Amino acid sequence: MKAETINKLKISAKAAKYDVSCASSGSNRPNSGKGIGNASPWGICHSFTQDGRCISLMKLMLTNHCIYDCAYCANRKSNDIERTTFTVKEVVDLTIEFYRRNYIEGLFLSSGVIKNPDYTMERMVRVAKDLRTKQNYNGYIHLKSIPGASDDLQQQAGLYADRLSVNIEIATENNLKILAPDKNFKSILTPMNTIKSKIIENKEERKKFRHAPRFTPAGQSTQLIVGATPDSDKHILNLAGDLYNSKNLKRVYYSGFIPVNSYDKRLPALIEPPLKRENRLYQADWLFRFYNYSIDEIVNDEHPDLDLEIDPKLSYALRNPWMFPIDINKANYETILRVPGIGVLSAKKIILARRYSKLNLSNLKKIGVVLKRAKYFITCNELKAHTINELLPKNVRKILLSEKSIVKKSSNNAHKQLSLFTVN
Amino acid sequence: MNIFIYDHTFEGLITAIHDALESNITPDKIISTKAFQDDLFATKHYISTNYERFETIWNKVKEKSNEQNCQRIFKAYLSEMSDIEIVIHNYIKLILETPYNVEVNFSEDSVIKLNNMQMKVGREAQRILMFVRFQKTVDNIYYASFDPKYNVIPLTVNHFRNRFADQKWVIFDTRRKFGYYYDLENVREITIGKQKVDFTSGKVNDDVLHVSEKLFQKLWKSYYDTINIKERKNMKVHMQFLPKRFWKFLPEKDFKMKYELN
Repeated sequence: MKAETINKLKISAKAAKYDVSCASSGSNRPNSGKGIGNASPWGICHSFTQDGRCISLMKLMLTNHCIYDCAYCANRKSNDIERTTFTVKEVVDLTIEFYRRNYIEGLFLSSGVIKNPDYTMERMVRVAKDLRTKQNYNGYIHLKSIPGASDDLQQQAGLYADRLSVNIEIATENNLKILAPDKNFKSILTPMNTIKSKIIENKEERKKFRHAPRFTPAGQSTQLIVGATPDSDKHILNLAGDLYNSKNLKRVYYSGFIPVNSYDKRLPALIEPPLKRENRLYQADWLFRFYNYSIDEIVNDEHPDLDLEIDPKLSYALRNPWMFPIDINKANYETILRVPGIGVLSAKKIILARRYSKLNLSNLKKIGVVLKRAKYFITCNELKAHTINELLPKNVRKILLSEKSIVKKSSNNAHKQLSLFTVN
Repeated sequence: MNIFIYDHTFEGLITAIHDALESNITPDKIISTKAFQDDLFATKHYISTNYERFETIWNKVKEKSNEQNCQRIFKAYLSEMSDIEIVIHNYIKLILETPYNVEVNFSEDSVIKLNNMQMKVGREAQRILMFVRFQKTVDNIYYASFDPKYNVIPLTVNHFRNRFADQKWVIFDTRRKFGYYYDLENVREITIGKQKVDFTSGKVNDDVLHVSEKLFQKLWKSYYDTINIKERKNMKVHMQFLPKRFWKFLPEKDFKMKYELN
């Protein structure tokens, strides 16, 4: 390992940083045979950058040379930037050395396309293979699948990696064609389908043979860029829902568009990346996956875009006042989950605690339920208070927004990455 | 005022609780010999650790609730907070006196307090898994300093033994001045002298550092600085996830470290 690697590493990291996926969860590969590393099922973050994102995996581009010319990408071939290529050994050594020092949880390897998809994919697979077989490494590996690579290579990649991903980036095919003339939906969805069917096949096989090698135990994921095209939230969320349901995706990532190629007139000119919208999309994604909401309840023809001022759950509640107030002491888990401000953890605690005694507001506070929003939507063992039906939805909205603006004034945090769960 | 004084071990604390319950005295304070300062007007009960009495009560707790709950009590104990002994006393008393399982009865004060405490301890243990940084030494031992708020290193030993099975490592608690050493076979408790490690910076002295170590720290820092997206800078969330008290042992937060710019 030489000092010039620093330079290579910098160029490569700069090229790879716009991939938002950094999850190291979902796999429980044990450290077999006294090798190095294991995957922890809940994932571990090892550091955090100043933009508030976690560093769990080392994100590298095997090369940032690319034969494609996608408008939204920093590494497009028409950009005049420093280019570099890692050898397989360099990536393997870096991963192992970083891993041994507990800097990282694993490797996230993607690559620009050089020569052809198969050639590129083959080198990526070699990195994963060397790590697993030569170094006896059992930590996390995430490989970006190259659209157009052969089935055989996808199969090999899946055997060594914990997660595979193919990025869709642009939510509608027409817009994709405008921005990335070399790509189309078919070239992206084909590998996704291949991976999906292989995962299902593998599950069946493992039922018969318990020790059959596993195929991408942490599943596959994708990324959608938000704000580069005029696609509505309804369209984006429906696509995401479709991917979760029909392609069995583990995660869909939303990435607020950062204008890296501001000279390209096909792209909108933004003053700052749409981080608020990205945050609301993640919240909606969570509602869909963990809160039993359907996409249609969150966005529909009447409300095609998410409300940027308030979170999607509150927005849903204000649109549907008929289902409130909810009695905390009687309602079932799914219904309690629909109360704005009450999350999975609080809902579970409520269910457990109410077995012993009826809960009132101070009980709720004690077990850690945040009542700022919730109090307008619940009744509990307490005198009747003004809830959403007496106050009317528009007034509740006003009250909650005015409380928020006071906070905003004191800390000027207008446009920044938001934490996924707001605690206040 | 009744003060129970135990010998700073977990078994000692449980013995003290056993004696308090047995004699039907409600303790105003249970305190370890380390923290105890003589109090003229209090009735003092000196407790010597007794494994039999420890086990009678510990088994009863296990029977009444479950293994996980015992783990929770132990975790809360590791917090070393000044009044945690009384919380544990009240919690155990509640468990033993109630005919049904009370571990999730969140209307009870001691249940909430104990759960909050053990959650904090668990979180701190998780922080060790995240923020420990090993430095390679000349004899191929990977050394890491850590300064945890609570005494949580014992909780993390298994994780590191599984993960780094093929490398010798040391994790050292610079606040409590003890650590664990894995020699490829077993883990044992050790102490380290000041001449090898600087406890304030957490760094191994240069003469025992492996030749390549500095390079990898530089590589890591340069990676860390590059992966940041400037357009998205958000120090509030950054500080929330990576509080300043962890910075001192992180190579990526070592502002003095210089890596060659091109």
